[in-house]
Amino acid sequence: MKLTLKIWRQKNNNSKGEFKTYVHDHVSPDMSFLEMLDVLNEGLVKKGEEPVHFDHDCREGICGMCSLYINGRPHGPLQTTTCQLHMRSFKDGETITIEPWRAAAFPVVKDLVVDRSAFDRIQQAGGYVSVNTGGVPDGNAIPIAKKIADEAMDAAACIGCGACVAACKNASAMLFVSAKVSQYALLPQGQPESKERVEKMVAQMDEEGFGACTNTKACEAECPKSIKITNIARMNREYYSSMFTNYEVTVSGGGD
Amino acid sequence: MALDSKIPAGSLAEKWSKHKFNLKLVNPANKRKYDVIVVGTGLAGASAAASLGELGYNVKAFCFQDSPRRAHSIAAQGGINAAKNYQNDGDSVYRLFYDTIKGGDYRAREANVHRLAEVSVNIIDQCVAQGVPFAREYGGTLANRSFGGAQVSRTFYARGQTGQQLLLGAYSALNRQIANGKVTMYNRTEMLDVVVVDGKARGIVTRDLVTGKIESHSAHAVLLCTGGYGNVFFLSTNAKGSNVTAAWRAHKKGAFFANPCFTQIHPTCIPVSGDHQSKLTLMSESLRNDGRVWVPKEAKKGFKAKDAASISESDRDYFLERKYPSFGNLVPRDVASRNAKYVCDEGRGVGATGLAVFLDFADAIKRDGRSVIEAKYGNLFDMYKQITGDDPYTMPMMIYPAVHYTMGGLWVDYNLMTTVPGLYALGECNFSDHGANRLGASALMQGLADGYFVIPYTIGDYLATIGWKDKVDTNHPAFAEAIKSVTDRQEKLLSIKGKKTVDQLHRELGLTMWEYCGMSRSEAGLKKAKQIIQDIKKEFWTNVNVLGSGNELNMELEKANRVADFIELGELMVDDALNRTESCGGHFREESQVDGEALRNDQDFFYVSAWEYTGEGQQQALHKDALEYEFVKPTQRSYK
Amino acid sequence: MIFLNDGGVTFSHWGHFMGTNPVIRTLEIGLVAGFLIHIVQGILLMKKNRDSRPVRYQVVAPAPNSTWYSRSMGLLGTLLLLFLILHTAHFWIPNRANQFATGEELNLYQMMLDIFADPLIVAVYILGCISLAWHLLHGFWSAFQTLGLNHQRYNAIIHFIGTAFAIVVPLLFALMPIAMYFNWVN
Repeated sequence: MKLTLKIWRQKNNNSKGEFKTYVHDHVSPDMSFLEMLDVLNEGLVKKGEEPVHFDHDCREGICGMCSLYINGRPHGPLQTTTCQLHMRSFKDGETITIEPWRAAAFPVVKDLVVDRSAFDRIQQAGGYVSVNTGGVPDGNAIPIAKKIADEAMDAAACIGCGACVAACKNASAMLFVSAKVSQYALLPQGQPESKERVEKMVAQMDEEGFGACTNTKACEAECPKSIKITNIARMNREYYSSMFTNYEVTVSGGGD
Repeated sequence: MALDSKIPAGSLAEKWSKHKFNLKLVNPANKRKYDVIVVGTGLAGASAAASLGELGYNVKAFCFQDSPRRAHSIAAQGGINAAKNYQNDGDSVYRLFYDTIKGGDYRAREANVHRLAEVSVNIIDQCVAQGVPFAREYGGTLANRSFGGAQVSRTFYARGQTGQQLLLGAYSALNRQIANGKVTMYNRTEMLDVVVVDGKARGIVTRDLVTGKIESHSAHAVLLCTGGYGNVFFLSTNAKGSNVTAAWRAHKKGAFFANPCFTQIHPTCIPVSGDHQSKLTLMSESLRNDGRVWVPKEAKKGFKAKDAASISESDRDYFLERKYPSFGNLVPRDVASRNAKYVCDEGRGVGATGLAVFLDFADAIKRDGRSVIEAKYGNLFDMYKQITGDDPYTMPMMIYPAVHYTMGGLWVDYNLMTTVPGLYALGECNFSDHGANRLGASALMQGLADGYFVIPYTIGDYLATIGWKDKVDTNHPAFAEAIKSVTDRQEKLLSIKGKKTVDQLHRELGLTMWEYCGMSRSEAGLKKAKQIIQDIKKEFWTNVNVLGSGNELNMELEKANRVADFIELGELMVDDALNRTESCGGHFREESQVDGEALRNDQDFFYVSAWEYTGEGQQQALHKDALEYEFVKPTQRSYK
Repeated sequence: MIFLNDGGVTFSHWGHFMGTNPVIRTLEIGLVAGFLIHIVQGILLMKKNRDSRPVRYQVVAPAPNSTWYSRSMGLLGTLLLLFLILHTAHFWIPNRANQFATGEELNLYQMMLDIFADPLIVAVYILGCISLAWHLLHGFWSAFQTLGLNHQRYNAIIHFIGTAFAIVVPLLFALMPIAMYFNWVN
């Protein structure tokens, strides 16, 4: 296969980037998209040109490190991660435009690499159950209905790749945040902190500069792990109910 | 230097609890005076960093990925073992211990493995409390399955994403400590050296992968939780970034490397499709429960899966069923892998490369119906189709073995401390619990055991012993020296400007390792490999081409740095494989077999090989850490 | 009521009721305030969402992942606002102004007959109603989703009502100018 690639090149966060065009004629349909870029890079290095930087790690669709906005869609034409996208999904002679995730909260680091640490900070704001190691009850002490455990697992399957943000016309992170909020909102272990959690995580999300949700469902359609927007509704419900019914306590508490 | 494994005395079941009591404690008020460095944020690293932060230590944690959540523990599919005996099927701590020892082909330490089995039950409780959504029964209790040929159902799982969920649990605990200010997290930062002063680990040197800044960090103790080194083979099921650099630099600073040649090769991976292949994808072992492994009796070059139906039953060789009538397709990983290699060596392999065998579900679909098979393996079949373009419902899968896990690693004592005081190794990075072969669903267990339930106790003993004043500032000349050596090496890599890319040389190394130090090893082959690796090393340092500079994001430089270490490790693996003239676990020496089956030699090799770095270009020194079995009697495995 | 074709008797009766009943008049203030809040909030939302992606994509292909109207609520809303201005300028403002000045109401029915004689105006009204339909088609269920009023058991009903509402209401609205233009009523 022969392809024309239009790739965003940007030296670092402070410099201006631009598209560069490469003709790639060593493409096999069995290659993954990232392998196609590997081969391109190997050729570039041999020619003394700096290779295209892109994020990747596990290459089996679970670590969430790979990104790329391919021909106008995050992770390309299939609902999967870029590392699991194979070149047989493209036509011989096709022109492919490859861009980094675009969002104010995801600044470009270099070429196609973006900084997604905003996601970490949202998780740090409350995406956990406050238990220390040790001193926890037996795993079977609290029965959890299978349906609830399954629903929590569906939400927890999020790999934090950011495709939802990239797909959303508003660069909103609601699907990501709601997946985590939902997991804990569904499970009994998450209950004691559920109200503070949703408020803190939403506040952090806003602070990071993500857009607001207008329910276009693009995130759900592009999510490689099929996270549902039901989670967004659940988070909204949690958020409003927390705003109106947070614990009636007179002291602010001395916790951490 | 005599190795002291510090195994506590007493009966097996009491060793750990007695040891915990005998360990010194750090006064709660003094914990904040201690700094601890954790390198790597997979299951072992994240759980250790979080637990130590909770205790009150000041922790600095490092990962080379853009977030701690991406560590390769996330890719583990199957599950995590624990001796809960929730299923009332006769499991116990002792049985899990025994199975793990036996599965490791009697090359693991009894005391360590028993401790692992003991704390396995706490891991499940901990993860449930964190909100890990384990699979559940309708009544709300935790579900279990039998995994990897175990006789009891002791494996806990979260769909096919157990590693992901456990890692996200540990990551959430880590996040909580980051928010609390007890853990400082350094993302996209790679450790490049350990700083040792007065014989103790005092800190590390790192490179900020975005800015290229080389920095030093000092601490009272350093924990390496940096995973395995399967990428020495270039192609493996590891993540692209997985590397040996942290462990190898520690090795060069005095930490012994144990059993480097013990590599696990997983039989059911998707075969290589061409030279562009960058990694191999594992298909769950559970597929062998219903799939039948075969190749044509007569060699057929380039035979395709879609033509499989054209071969009549009598012209097929179900080689596992033929050779191992009682275990059939369910023989252990190493046996299945080796036999696939044999038939391909005979030229009977299938697919374009001839390096694949069929895993056929036609009989299972005929017997149980497509819907049953779909319910069991639907997601795996989909994944296979996505990657290969073939539909396993209508034609057999093609599989081939691939490097999956490395049992070897830094030598540690019972406290998980390496031969450098203050330097610890946790998880896959150390060697201690899996012997010569790891059982399915045990890797996650070990990573979390080390991080949540072992290191929080054992590190206190060391810290209380040295005292909080015993710390070296980063102004110490040793740090400057380490920074200089790291910088010099980087400059050297950037200045070679040769003709070959890093990946080319890495691929050459990988092919050599796979050919001669892979599933089957012989003296002649290993000697040849040693020569080739030395040549690769020479070529690497004179003919590699690393573009760009050191003060920017430069992934070629990162790769070059890692591959340079892989080359040196490769040679040590060959040395270790040469030394061990027995066959055991994942290590098969062609010279040591009966009727084509592995022959262990407990007489001469009942020890852990611990290698000491003795200087650039020198033959490393072998130390034998004798295994002492008090409770289990080693027997020869048989699956006929 | 115009479809009763009684020369506007019923219409004027209820028009009078709507124009003078204190409860309705109070609600009307609420309605206007609601519109204004909705408009201001919508504009702020658009601003925030635009700021969230300062560098746009070169190539976008959103068709497979979302409907055009769900992505175009701002545009549809703006069209609606223009329509609403035109509509109030035709009827509501003159009527209220007259009420305020003279205490008398205008003959709205006659005004409708006059205004909807112009095919251009009818076309604009129809376009306005179509905008309304798309706006509601996304807006109705979307409001439930945003408020978290969402349950697997009721989602289908919400969607059904939302779709029905988005079709029926604008259709009836559009039928008024159409009916008058074609003299189905007079």
